[in-house]
Amino acid sequence: MTRPIARRVIILGAQSAIAEAAARRFAAEGSRFVLVGRDLARLNEIAADLRVRGAAACEVEALDLVEARDPRGRMRAWVDTLGGISLVLIAFGVLGDQEEAERDLHALDRLLAVNFNAPAVWAATAAEIMMAQGGGTVMAIGSVAGDRGRQSNYAYGAAKAGIGVFMQGLAHRLAPSGARAVLVKPGFVDTPMTAGFAKGGPLWASPDQIGAAIWRAADKGGPIVYAPWFWRFIMLIIRAVPAFVIHRSKL
Amino acid sequence: MSASFSNKEPFSSWGRIDRRLYPVARPRFAADLAKAIAAPDRPASVLPVGLGRSYGDSCLNAEGGLIVMTGLNRLIEIDEQGMVMRAQAGLSLGEALRVLTPKGLFLPVLPGSQFVTLGGAVANDVHGKNHLKNGTFGRWVRRIGLQRSHGPALSLAPDDPSGLFAATMGGFGLTGAISWVEIGLAPIGSAFLDAEDIPFSSLDEYFQLMAESETFEQRVAWIDCTRPGRGVFTRANVRHDGNFQIGPARPALSAPLDGASFLFNGVTLRAFNFAYAAAHRASVRPVHYSKFYFPLDAVGDWNRLYGARGFRQYQCVVPEGAARDAVHEMLYLIARSGEGSMLAVLKAFGPKPSPGLMSFATEGHTLALDFPNHGERTLRLMARLDEIVLEAGGRIYAGKDGRAPARTFQRMYPRWRELERMRDPAIRSDFWSRVSAT
Repeated sequence: MTRPIARRVIILGAQSAIAEAAARRFAAEGSRFVLVGRDLARLNEIAADLRVRGAAACEVEALDLVEARDPRGRMRAWVDTLGGISLVLIAFGVLGDQEEAERDLHALDRLLAVNFNAPAVWAATAAEIMMAQGGGTVMAIGSVAGDRGRQSNYAYGAAKAGIGVFMQGLAHRLAPSGARAVLVKPGFVDTPMTAGFAKGGPLWASPDQIGAAIWRAADKGGPIVYAPWFWRFIMLIIRAVPAFVIHRSKL
Repeated sequence: MSASFSNKEPFSSWGRIDRRLYPVARPRFAADLAKAIAAPDRPASVLPVGLGRSYGDSCLNAEGGLIVMTGLNRLIEIDEQGMVMRAQAGLSLGEALRVLTPKGLFLPVLPGSQFVTLGGAVANDVHGKNHLKNGTFGRWVRRIGLQRSHGPALSLAPDDPSGLFAATMGGFGLTGAISWVEIGLAPIGSAFLDAEDIPFSSLDEYFQLMAESETFEQRVAWIDCTRPGRGVFTRANVRHDGNFQIGPARPALSAPLDGASFLFNGVTLRAFNFAYAAAHRASVRPVHYSKFYFPLDAVGDWNRLYGARGFRQYQCVVPEGAARDAVHEMLYLIARSGEGSMLAVLKAFGPKPSPGLMSFATEGHTLALDFPNHGERTLRLMARLDEIVLEAGGRIYAGKDGRAPARTFQRMYPRWRELERMRDPAIRSDFWSRVSAT
């Protein structure tokens, strides 16, 4: 085992169960954090835990990341708080309701804004800083739902597919500088986002398993990382299924 | 989202006799818990549960919903100088140890599994192999947070004049949802213990070994139920070698399939016979805390090995004076029945009083073993064991039981009405409905 690395980490959407699981691993290595999310009380609960688990510092900020003004200035300020940056993890998102997005165009607009527009803007601001400093990783959480459009969740899937291409392109742009862009694509994860689904079985992963994948991807791999890894092959097959077959299914 | 009750999640206790689907809320933040327990659209009754390691029906609520507390698993503060830890109640003891051990600190009382939440440890006022030295888990608890279905979040200390602290220690989760726990810690010199195994061939030898091993913090005996009286006595103290290696977060192995109990019994008995033979060559061996305290945790879901019908556990305590005869009688009854597991655990409780109104641990000796569920046959045998225990002035461990009739339970725990008075009216369990019937 190599020696733990204390990082400077900004997490946008720090209340996500996956982000918290990842943060615990970085905390155990003595990392410093800025946690951003919507609810101050919840961020404080998470921050206290990370401090006890070894975080050298942990700042919190309550902010609506979809509506926030001046993302460039805010990102700069968070990086300055940490005195540099090693990882920006963009973890916010909503599964939304596909049927509602079909009925109500405002709901569709909102779903795309939360899952694509806002993450892309924040990733762009982080990339500028990392390119200038010649290192660091900006990471977003995608989804296997972005690998093929299906009637049950294509609005969410389209936004996740979009952020996937954005991160892939960003990785290409950053490559000469030494900085990295990574998209982590979880499969089924047992989190509050998926409450109400029938869970269990080998395809369902815990937030901690995805957290471990994020922790590994902070150093190497990418730009597209499936979590757990076997989803790469499942989605290879799903993408290869002809449309006439998919159209007869309820997927 | 996490404050509301989802439809139908499967849940069962560790004995797996009653498996069904429940409306479940999974709070992740303190505010979610307050909402879940007081939500106007919650099921008619709720029950806060942890990791489901209770064997019987104390973590089941067939007529309502469950509040699964494991998402509230954050540490709040560790005061290394003052040796105190405060954490949300859904944190598992194993996870707490993984944070505490590198600091040279440890939980002063540990049950036989690391997959137990702090809240569950309080709700059952659990004990360990060091009861003679440290008493029960509850003795180390300095303060708890309690979220009831009405009123504000409470913070209760042992001197709480309302009696709610004492009712909550070993109170089966019935007084409200335990939201956080503050507990005193013990310093350790190592993550390893020096353990010594000594074979014995009669109960008299066990009592003698227990009495003469005063300098050992940890004392436990494994009894071969196929040849009652034969056993291995293990005694241990923590080492001082400064090796603070942490234990595994997950089991190394997983139960391969349901119902390989023949395999299970075969393996445990072989392991026992091996230990028995090895013990004759005696010697002190260094053993990691995870192996010493939680031997069964090495196999995930080992409860599945008892098959689709599940199993019951019987644990009782009998007072010192009556212990020799009562334990002898129980072991012979079990051996003749051929119903019991191959191994039983026998250990001692010291005079340190337990802090809970309904705490199990009282001075004496405590015997524990599993019974594969054979329906009526198993129940009849356990009822006969109850008679021996009552005769001896003892009691059963209610948190592990799932079948004793109300009459038996109420004779063993005469203060049960005090807990009933302090029960949160929104909380119900199958266990409490069974034993509080009049």
